[in-house]
Amino acid sequence: MSGQLLETGTALGLPTTPDPAQSGSRGPDPARATRRTLAFFARRPGLVLSILIVLVVVVAAFAPGVFSSADPTRGVPEENFQAPSTAHWFGTDSLGRDLFARVVHGAQLSLRATLLAVSFAFVIGGILGLVAGFVGRWVDDVIMRFVDVVLSIPTLFLSLAVVTALGYGTTKVAIAVGVANIAGFARVMRAEVLRVRTALYVEAARGVGARWYTVLGRHVLPNSISPVLVLATLEFGTSILAVSSLSFLGYGAPPPAPEWGTLISDGRNYLANAWWLTALPGLAIAATVLATNRIARALESEVRQW
Amino acid sequence: MMRRYIAKRIAQAVGVLWAAYTLSFFILVLLPGDPVTAMAGQGMDSAPVDPARLEALRAEYGFDQPAPLQYLEYLGRALTGDLGDSVATGRPVTQLITEALPQTLLLTASALTLALLFGGALAMAATYSERRWVRQFLLSLPPLGVSVPTFWIGLMLVQFFSFRNAWFPAFGNDGVKGLVLPAVTLAVPTGAQIALVLAKSLSTTLDEPYIATAKAKGAGRVHVHLRHALRNAALPALTVAGLLVGALMANAVVIETVFSRNGLGRVTQAAVAAQDIPVVQGVVVYGALVFVVVNLLVDLVYPLLDPRIVLAPTRPQAVAA
Repeated sequence: MSGQLLETGTALGLPTTPDPAQSGSRGPDPARATRRTLAFFARRPGLVLSILIVLVVVVAAFAPGVFSSADPTRGVPEENFQAPSTAHWFGTDSLGRDLFARVVHGAQLSLRATLLAVSFAFVIGGILGLVAGFVGRWVDDVIMRFVDVVLSIPTLFLSLAVVTALGYGTTKVAIAVGVANIAGFARVMRAEVLRVRTALYVEAARGVGARWYTVLGRHVLPNSISPVLVLATLEFGTSILAVSSLSFLGYGAPPPAPEWGTLISDGRNYLANAWWLTALPGLAIAATVLATNRIARALESEVRQW
Repeated sequence: MMRRYIAKRIAQAVGVLWAAYTLSFFILVLLPGDPVTAMAGQGMDSAPVDPARLEALRAEYGFDQPAPLQYLEYLGRALTGDLGDSVATGRPVTQLITEALPQTLLLTASALTLALLFGGALAMAATYSERRWVRQFLLSLPPLGVSVPTFWIGLMLVQFFSFRNAWFPAFGNDGVKGLVLPAVTLAVPTGAQIALVLAKSLSTTLDEPYIATAKAKGAGRVHVHLRHALRNAALPALTVAGLLVGALMANAVVIETVFSRNGLGRVTQAAVAAQDIPVVQGVVVYGALVFVVVNLLVDLVYPLLDPRIVLAPTRPQAVAA
């Protein structure tokens, strides 16, 4: 106890709270900072490509018209099963619908579902971890036991249980994936809060009489959130895969909707005569996941350097 | 010491099973959506059902009672090994699942073996090679493996090995030949993750002073790599392999659908489609059971490889108190 007081006392004299504004623009010369940023990306062409891919997918998700003017649900029956060409980049399906348009419009459904899933897991898991780490004692025990259990059930089975309870649909699949991922976020958030909670600047804030919500909101949360954000980028990739698995199994939006997983399961019936119907949507998923994983790794190494 | 370690691990495993049962119960029974209406309709899209029949069903399954009472009743039965009857087929859930489980376990075990072999070999080759480009090429494969949808890998393999060249059957459960494609498919993401972990722990182990000592005493590179480095570096990979078994089994369910194999996948698909709650709950509990048993085994093998594990956990606590 006395040791704690002593530490708090020294902390009062020293400005130990890291200043985010200062670490953001370290050098006084903005040109040098720009040059350093350019050099950083020039040494990482894979990262640049990943960012470009993610940008393309995000634009496709929010403004599909930019990439394809074709209607994803209306086909020309005479033009069915055309192999990829300049007219139809990804070929056409059994009803003569343009597959590229379907993949582009599918990004909207699949990406929104993924975004919802990750946000759901991030918010609920984050709050659980924050409470567990900040309150401690039996609350911590109860929450973390719960988290351990959730981690021991295969996530897909958990998602299937939620789908069974809620029913089919893009939003429901997204929630199912989100529920299954809560535990991971809670665990990382708690670990970070525990690390920050004992830091000198937090004790200093307590020492000068800051209220608990000020300590939490101004000191603990901002300093513990970045690893959780990194996890969110990483989970984005796995959630795209999980969402597409569930829609592949047929639990997503009903037929005409071009969800990525649904496109692959549709193409499955024509595997022998129209390879592009399964191959190309799958490549779209793989490219997106690979890109988000690459970005997550870059962010992770940045966060670790702090 | 050893006996206490084992007892503690077994108690933890039982606790996890109980909690998995509880969690799945609350997800399935307490979430919005009336299970009884779904059961009576046997599916998502069906005509409204006679209210008297609903009441009868509610009483039969105990859904007319308050949730805690239902839970206690169901838990009591689960403790005696009775997970209820399937709503769709009327057969006991345990029977349905134990019939389908061996096929799925066979697939999971074959995939895990392949994943350990190839993931391990990849990590070994990557850390052994002295050429930078070989190393970088090999290390770029695992991130690729975890980014590709597993079911898509399966379909691509079918496309190439069954339709273009009729080397392996595309569907069904016949013999070893039918097992090859699904097992390879499943092994890809798991092997990739094992390779990632093993390559990382191998490269840190190779920097340890005792490796330098072994080399200084004249041991060959292969000998150092296999005998000295791998033995220590394998431990994290083993832990990860245990943790991956759950995901592997869940993926097996999807892959069984891709290859139209009999197994837990078909049971699960049918149960979810019919909102057959007891069966879905059974699948969740059995999934947790397999995961818990495998990790229990890993925990029990661990001290044989590294005696410090048994000795360590009790010490720091004693010091801290």
